[in-house]
Amino acid sequence: MNCTKCKTKAVIGLPRHNAAFCKTCFNGFVHDQVARAIKSEKMFGKDDRILVAVSGGKDSLALWDILLKLGYKADALYVNLGIGTYSEQSHAKVTKFAEAAAASHGAVLHLHTVEEEAGAGIKELAQLIHRPTCSTCGTIKRYQFNRVAIEQHYDVMATGHNLDDEAARLLGNVLRWQEEYLDKQSPSLPASVEGFAKKVKPLYRLSERELAAYAVLNQIDYIVEECPMAKGARTLLYKEVLNRLETESPGTKQAFYCGFLDKQRKPEAAPTTMTEKDQAVLHPCSACGQPTTAEVCSYCKMMARAKTVAPH
Amino acid sequence: MQVQLSHPARTVEVKGPKKVKDLLRELNLVVEAHLVIKGDDLVTEDEMLYDGDQIEIRPVISGG
Repeated sequence: MNCTKCKTKAVIGLPRHNAAFCKTCFNGFVHDQVARAIKSEKMFGKDDRILVAVSGGKDSLALWDILLKLGYKADALYVNLGIGTYSEQSHAKVTKFAEAAAASHGAVLHLHTVEEEAGAGIKELAQLIHRPTCSTCGTIKRYQFNRVAIEQHYDVMATGHNLDDEAARLLGNVLRWQEEYLDKQSPSLPASVEGFAKKVKPLYRLSERELAAYAVLNQIDYIVEECPMAKGARTLLYKEVLNRLETESPGTKQAFYCGFLDKQRKPEAAPTTMTEKDQAVLHPCSACGQPTTAEVCSYCKMMARAKTVAPH
Repeated sequence: MQVQLSHPARTVEVKGPKKVKDLLRELNLVVEAHLVIKGDDLVTEDEMLYDGDQIEIRPVISGG
C-alpha cells in the first residue's frame, strides 16, 4: 500500500477517507484535521492561553503535542487519581512528555493530586459516597480542570475527546433518548456563566486508531493499559459495536457524529406532519395513478424498461 | 512469528507468511480497533509478515 499523496510506502490505511499515508503525510493529515476543527468551531486563536487536560493516555498527550507543534500556547493539567500503579505509570508518562517535549516550547505542567486534597484515592472516595468510580472520577476531573482554568486565567480548556468518544457517547444518549445531554455534545462549549471555562475538543475529527498511530509514529510514550476502573464500562461496548460497523462500512462513525453536529447547527424548522410533507411533494403517477414524486413512478419506469429489454 | 497482545498481556506464536489483515482475522480482532507494529514500524493491512518477525498488536480503545 502506497501513500495517496507522495506514493512512498504507506504506514497506515484510512478506509473512511479512501486514503493511505506515509509518516510525513499522515502527520500533515492529523495537523490539518485539528486545524480544521479549531477553525470551524471557533475554538481559540494563536494568542489564547490553552489548558490541556492530560491523563497520560494517547489522546491527551497527542493533543498537547499537536497544539504545541501548530504554534499554540498550550499548558497542561494532570490530575493524579490515586489508582495504584496505574496512576503512578500515567503520572510518569505525563512528566516524561512534559520534560522531553513540551518544556522546549515553554509549556508548563500543572499537577493536582486527589489523595493530597481528599485524603483518599478515587476508588476509596467512590466507596465512601456509594457512587460508581467512573462517575466520581468524571466529577473530580471536570471540577479540577475548570478550577485551574479559571484560577490561572486560561482562555480555554481543551480535552482529548476523539471521534470514537463522541460517537459512543452519542450512541449511548440516543439509545436512551437522553435528549437533555445532546446539547453538551458540541465540540465547543462556551463559558456560559461566570465561573465556567470555555471547553473544546479539537480531536473530534480524528478516530482513536488515528490518534494511537500518531502517538506511535511520533514516539509519544503513552499508557497503553486500560484504566482498571473502566473494565466493563458501557462506553467500551458502544465503541466495540461502532468499530464493527466501521470495519464493514467505513465512515459510519464520522457520518453518525458529524451528521448529528450538522443537524444541530441548522435552525429548527417548523414541525410538519407526515401527511403535510407527503401532500407537498407527492402527486399521481401519469401512467398508473399511484402517488409519486416524479412524473412516472419508479414501478412504472422499471416495468417499462423491463419490457424494452425483454427477449421477444 | 511472535505476536504480542494486550488486555491481558500475552504472547502467541503464529505461523507465517501471513498478511496483517489475515493475522487480525485469525485472532478475531477488528482492524479499526488495533494497530499492528512490526519491530518498531507501524504496518498496513496488506503487509506480509514472516516467521521470525516480532509483532505487536496494540489495542487503541480507551475510556470508561
